[in-house]
Amino acid sequence: MKILVVDDEADVQPLFLQRFRKEIKNHEFEFDFALSGEEALDYMKEKHSEIVLILSDINMPGMSGLELLLRIRHDYEVPPPVVMMITAYGDDENRNQAMSSGANDFLTKPLDFNLLKEKLKELEH
Amino acid sequence: MSVFFYLAAFIMVTRIAKTFKFSPLRPKWKPMFSTAQLAIALAYPFSEIAGDGISSIIAGGILLYLVYFGLREQDFKPFKPYLEAHYPLIGVAFVYGLTKLILPKFVSEYEEYSLIPIVAAFIYVLGRWAASKKQMEQINIFSQRNAELDRLVAERTAELTNQKEELQATLEQLQATQQQLIQSEKLASLGELTAGIAHEIQNPLNFVNNFSEVSMELIDEMKEELEKGDKEEATAIANDLKDNLSKIIHHGRRADGIVKGMLQHSRASSNVKEPTDINKLADEYFRLAYHGLRAKDKSFNAELETHFGDQLPTVNIVPQDVGRVLLNLFNNAFYAVHQKQKDNSEGYKPTVTVSTIAKDKQVFITVRDNGNGIPEEVKDKIMQPFFTTKPTGEGTGLGLSLSYDIIVKGHNGKIDVKSEENSYTEFTISIPG
Ligand SMILES: Nc1ncnc2c1ncn2[C@@H]1O[C@H](COP(=O)(O)OP(=O)(O)OP(=O)(O)O)[C@@H](O)[C@H]1O
Ligand SMILES: [Mg+2]
Repeated sequence: MKILVVDDEADVQPLFLQRFRKEIKNHEFEFDFALSGEEALDYMKEKHSEIVLILSDINMPGMSGLELLLRIRHDYEVPPPVVMMITAYGDDENRNQAMSSGANDFLTKPLDFNLLKEKLKELEH
Repeated sequence: MSVFFYLAAFIMVTRIAKTFKFSPLRPKWKPMFSTAQLAIALAYPFSEIAGDGISSIIAGGILLYLVYFGLREQDFKPFKPYLEAHYPLIGVAFVYGLTKLILPKFVSEYEEYSLIPIVAAFIYVLGRWAASKKQMEQINIFSQRNAELDRLVAERTAELTNQKEELQATLEQLQATQQQLIQSEKLASLGELTAGIAHEIQNPLNFVNNFSEVSMELIDEMKEELEKGDKEEATAIANDLKDNLSKIIHHGRRADGIVKGMLQHSRASSNVKEPTDINKLADEYFRLAYHGLRAKDKSFNAELETHFGDQLPTVNIVPQDVGRVLLNLFNNAFYAVHQKQKDNSEGYKPTVTVSTIAKDKQVFITVRDNGNGIPEEVKDKIMQPFFTTKPTGEGTGLGLSLSYDIIVKGHNGKIDVKSEENSYTEFTISIPG
């Protein structure tokens, strides 16, 4: 399963790679990364068919995660990728806004990787 | 008969001396007057030995000298008419003396007649004295009035000096109050910052926690691999571990830096200019301002755009001062877009942009928002201290006036405003590089 992680913090990348070390080794998951919404859209242009899941931060300079979400929902109807939004602000207002913009799930920082792992495993089936 | 001439000379000195009794000039002339009086009193008996004729001529000489001396001295100017009144007497003295020497018989024959011009001249002097005395009295009145005026002037001067000192004290008090206001404005903006700072610290702390946790897992895995004998994999894990530790250090320092920055912001400005990366400074405060507002008001949302010029030179500035300026500009901008967002939610995309560029040996920082703009009639006032259109508690109106002081007075820079009502506002700071 190919997962695109969108976050402006570069260190998110080694973190995911290590947290999912076993899964990556067993070829359960494959991760790709984008540092901004714009980069993510460029990436999608080429590989949207491979991508199953997008994990995106909301607060990013430039294009925000919500804007990215809207663009993805607008541009890629089939097959619709699963999009999970991540934010430091876990309030209802934010959650509702994300969900109504078409997010499949909503996670708050600091990320609970075990919970995320469970959710991803669920998706596999 | 020479006694009249000596008498006149003596009277002259005595009278003038008397008028000097209460004058500040007295110490200067007193010895001179006494000497003159003594000299005249002595001259009379001595010269009388030489006979009335010579004695009269000497007396005429003394009178002439006294008048000449008196007219020359600035201090005796008021006595000019009185002194000049002696001319006939002097003339009479010389004529009488000479006649007495040359024609002694003639004179003794007409002794009584010769007395007439002497007495007449003498009386003339006395008459002039009376007249000039009146004049002197008037002069005295004037000088009294002058003294009164002087006293009034001195009084008023003292009053004014007092007032000036009071004003000075008030001014100092005002300045102290202003200093306090600046301090509390700083504290207020620190309050706005803390939420942003908390958020900014949260990120690196998350990394510290995450990398620590994952490292613990990795160590277990490494043990497993070693037990399995997969040395290669164990080494790979060891390398990851090393990277993780350096990331933990990096993010720890990042949090540290943010806390230090916060402390620096709250401290009184050091006023020390140091080469500063404007892009970094602007980015830091942009995020802090945004997250600060976000934390306070959850409904608030805005697009943050940055256009940072590359190859921007470092600029010599007081970072926490310019940081406060940026913070205020950002807060103003976010406030403006938030207001507009409240008014028309549909289709409005609140956006705040910060751009930097280097041009003509200057660095420009532009903060633009697509909020409600500044009405034309208000534009002139926004830099004034305490001018605010925000409700009490939300703005002190000191932000821009402090910003102006910091940029224009502290950094030789400029603040320009462009705005169109209902459309946008754009503040541009330029600082010489
Ligand atoms: N970006 C902007 N858009 C619209 N109006 C603005 C903007 N920036 C400033 N103003 C106007 O200028 C006024 C003065 O701004 P200033 O920053 O000096 O004080 P304040 O923001 O009201 O209060 P403070 O900054 O002290 O909390 C504001 O009240 C507002 O009317
Ligand atoms: Mg302000």
